[in-house]
Amino acid sequence: MDITELTVHELQEKLKNKELTSYDITKAYIDRMNEKEKDVQAFVTTLEDDALEQAKKIDEEIKAGEVEGNFAGIPIGIKDNICTKGVKTTCSSRMLENFVSPYDATVVEKLNDEKMINLGKLNMDEFAMGGSTEYSYFKKTRNPWNLNKVPGGSSGGSAAAVASRMVPWALGSDTGGSIRQPSSFCGVVGLKPTYGLVSRYGLVAFASSLDQIGPITKDVYDSAMLLNIIAGHDDRDTTSSNQEKIDYTKCLKNDVKGLKIGIPKEFFGEGINEEVKASLEKAIEIYKELGAEVEEFSLDIAKYSLAIYYIIACAEASSNLGRFDGIRYGYRAKDFKDLKDLYRKSRSEGFGPEVKRRIILGTYVLSSGYYDAYYKKAQQVRTLVMNEFNKAFEKYDVLLTPTSPTVAFDIGSKSNNPLEMYLADICTVSVNIGGLPGISIPCGVDKEGMPIGMQLIGNKFQEGTILNAAYTYEQKTKFRENHKPTFRKGEE
Amino acid sequence: MQVTREELLHIAKLADLELDESEVDNYLANLEDILNFANIVNNAPVEGLDITIGANEAKNVFRKDEVKVFKDNESLLENAPDKAQNMFKIPKVIE
Repeated sequence: MDITELTVHELQEKLKNKELTSYDITKAYIDRMNEKEKDVQAFVTTLEDDALEQAKKIDEEIKAGEVEGNFAGIPIGIKDNICTKGVKTTCSSRMLENFVSPYDATVVEKLNDEKMINLGKLNMDEFAMGGSTEYSYFKKTRNPWNLNKVPGGSSGGSAAAVASRMVPWALGSDTGGSIRQPSSFCGVVGLKPTYGLVSRYGLVAFASSLDQIGPITKDVYDSAMLLNIIAGHDDRDTTSSNQEKIDYTKCLKNDVKGLKIGIPKEFFGEGINEEVKASLEKAIEIYKELGAEVEEFSLDIAKYSLAIYYIIACAEASSNLGRFDGIRYGYRAKDFKDLKDLYRKSRSEGFGPEVKRRIILGTYVLSSGYYDAYYKKAQQVRTLVMNEFNKAFEKYDVLLTPTSPTVAFDIGSKSNNPLEMYLADICTVSVNIGGLPGISIPCGVDKEGMPIGMQLIGNKFQEGTILNAAYTYEQKTKFRENHKPTFRKGEE
Repeated sequence: MQVTREELLHIAKLADLELDESEVDNYLANLEDILNFANIVNNAPVEGLDITIGANEAKNVFRKDEVKVFKDNESLLENAPDKAQNMFKIPKVIE
């Protein structure tokens, strides 16, 4: 048995039956990491020694009957924009290359409460700005299905690490698709929860009205389990919602009979790759066979959403990233004339090109003369998008779209064309604009064997509904059994 | 949407960023592309619509204004690029 092939719910079972120890599991993942990390480059920081030591300790506690947690001794990987006390949190930026958070993010506290083991911090586009993980200051993560392709982004390290079985599951963050798109590119399951369901305390802010933390997992059951752990109200995040706690695994009924699925036809139009479209059409047929009521309808918001996403996200980022000034933490330039010069040089040298581009764009749309034309207009269009979604959810339980218009693209093919990179987010951003939950699950591969992702969008706080829809499809199609990453190097 | 060089430099200054010549050319072209795309918001039917500032209900969340002491000063200062006597050190601001 290869331990790293198992899902977390399987690991949990084996831990309970004493078939495996936490040390066995942790060691298996670290061995796998040592084998694959040189090709995949998913980690910014690895914590092998700490993890093994912790595993031994937890095994002793389990033996002594001192542990009650359901996830004690299960390892996890964490995106490097989620603060971990005592362990570097770099946001894959030179700005935070040596930053060690003095506190844990709320989600990390929750993992610690469960006595889970942190295997390391995962690579990302700098400050989560990008869709390919090429904008990391440290390294380019590669797609385990083809090492010449990007893993997607910005949570590319998290998705690639799960796909290559270097971690059993991981946390990512999603501002415009940063969990779902890399999950789609890497053939894994990625869930962006409803805005407010998961605390953002300790998540380094990019665009505060859009950011959410969520799980990236091997299968849907694991996604529901990890969401159970991280969801919940937090006083330290004023946008955190006061929803009643739900056990999301109980929502997985393996039944979609009567489920009303809306297919927004504009999400299947121009720019969507033919193989992606064909794969989604097959998935739609499967849902029909499973008894769902599927209907096409018009939801003409994708382009507007993308445009306002880049206005709103950049505006919020330009404000959020104002805190990086080289004084209290982060990069400080070596030579400067005075305080103002220190700020300017530290920021110019500490931020990478994409981050600077977005700060400039954000500052531009907020500046007097353009505020009304861009920022205010974008906020109005945001209302329009939300209204359109509300109308759609009066008729449908779930909306089904591609996660991304294409499969993973070649490394270097879009990194010099920002607009083209932005267009790759066209299917995912509207979900963040609306604050809705969305999940990406694999639904096939193209002729080169690259995974294709399907996105299921739910109404606010209806994670249970989309998880069940995803689970039912997954149980029927068994993607993981039929397709595995090959780690091939380009065309062979 | 034409962004002038002067405008870009002004914006960069507001954002406390210094750009070299090649960055200026690059960002000018990028900004133009992106803003041209973003201009489609002008065609959106938003007559009479309110603005939305957040993804969930816009309501104030209040809490008691209580002092909470963060005791771990050491790990805070650990991150300081420059420090002296348990304080952050910055260049002289008053001549």
